Amino acid sequence: MILLSITENIHNWLFSVMPAGVASIVEMVLIAIVYLTVFAVAGLFLVLLERRVAAWFQLRIGPNRVGFQGLLQTMADAIKLLTKELTGTDRADKFLYNLAPYFVIISALMALAVIPFSKDFHAFDINIGLFFLIAISSIGVIGILLGGWSSNNKFAIIGAMRSGVQTISYELSVGLSLLTMVVITGTLQLSEIIEIQKSGWLIVQGHIPAIIAFMVFMISGTAETNRAPFDMVEAESELGAGFHTEYSGMKFAYFFLAEFINMFIIAAIAATVFFGGWLSPFGITESIPELGVFWFLIKTMVLVFLMMWFRWTFPRLRVDQLLTLEWKYLLPINLVNIVLMAVLVWLNLTIRW
Amino acid sequence: MSYFSDIYKGIKTLLTGMSVTGKYFITSKKGAITQQYPDNRDTLKMFDRFRGEVIMPHNEENEHRCTGCQKCEIACPNGTIEIIWDRGIDEETGKKKKKIDQFVYHLSMCTMCGLCIDVCPTDAIEWGQNFENSVYDRTALTRVLNKPDSKLMKGVED
Repeated sequence: MILLSITENIHNWLFSVMPAGVASIVEMVLIAIVYLTVFAVAGLFLVLLERRVAAWFQLRIGPNRVGFQGLLQTMADAIKLLTKELTGTDRADKFLYNLAPYFVIISALMALAVIPFSKDFHAFDINIGLFFLIAISSIGVIGILLGGWSSNNKFAIIGAMRSGVQTISYELSVGLSLLTMVVITGTLQLSEIIEIQKSGWLIVQGHIPAIIAFMVFMISGTAETNRAPFDMVEAESELGAGFHTEYSGMKFAYFFLAEFINMFIIAAIAATVFFGGWLSPFGITESIPELGVFWFLIKTMVLVFLMMWFRWTFPRLRVDQLLTLEWKYLLPINLVNIVLMAVLVWLNLTIRW
Repeated sequence: MSYFSDIYKGIKTLLTGMSVTGKYFITSKKGAITQQYPDNRDTLKMFDRFRGEVIMPHNEENEHRCTGCQKCEIACPNGTIEIIWDRGIDEETGKKKKKIDQFVYHLSMCTMCGLCIDVCPTDAIEWGQNFENSVYDRTALTRVLNKPDSKLMKGVED
């Protein structure tokens, strides 16, 4: 409520001091700045979290020198990257080479805009929210393809092509597993999906098919973000650094941050669609709507941790194994699962209270 | 029907793997193997098999076990060890006898192969666990291992 009143006050004040057209543009710019800040802070925090979690999985300690428990480590790294030289290769396609990081980062930012952080902290609540997310999350791969193609490097092009194969395949599973849940909700709008979950999170409402859909979503979501065990795009032991071999300085940092933001987005979608987004478990804090952000972040962080757990446990797949997993296992399971869910909804076998 | 059993086996093995790493994650707080070096400098103890440098232990009466046989000098592939020896008169027998004057050890040339320690018949030299071997001047890396006025321990040659 406090948050809502702050934004409302700013809104009223802006419209009172300047004409409506200018005020709305200023408002948009302000929101964009807020989201850019969220983006940067979340990205830096996730990089640090990944490094610490990886260290704990490997019985190490991880960065703990810069700031309390290493909290400023990634900030220092970002500042270092800002000061570094932006190198490039000979005969690279300079225009596309420079464009590629922005493709990746802008698509990540656009996806962030439709995610409901809480009831009031939701920048862009469109009625095709889920569809928009699926569409946007696969635009990022264009940036990867451009980056790999334009940097005139064999490792980069192989990495980029692998990324293309992988994303095109796994997009299907991401979309279909989310559609399974849309069968229950009957809407694509994210705020309405959360409203429906007030009578039980969707993973409870849809029980067996919802759990299958969740598992498929987490597997294919990990593949969509090009993280291990699906990190053939930048397989260090095979391809140098993959598609961003030739990038340095801040352009590399954009790719790096976008990867972590994409992981956050996949976890946030899973939290929203399967675990009730900003809703508290069993409605225990329903009277305090400010805690919505807290619950949302808790759920998202648990899922992010799950993805990190995947990364530091499983070995990398081969390309043929990757495609076998998608086309022979995940896709048929998913299609059967949709039918199962449809039957469940038709016969009213979902669990609600 | 191997399709469904494959799926079952796949999920089962993945969960097994995750439980292994999960256990590591939970116990990582107390089981971390990282040494936070400059902080724990006072308490840090290297493991027994660590090869830091060659040392020659002396007992309380300033006696070592080196007879000056020069086997280590011959065994060393790099010429790391130089034994400067002398003939002194033995108190017991009154005869002239070989004894070491200076056991010179060039740490800068040593590759820590351990051949000298293997070959030593009297176990006069052994591995030290010191690892802080960097110095500002390389002359500091040439060391005399036997202490001044030290002499041969009794009974080593029997």
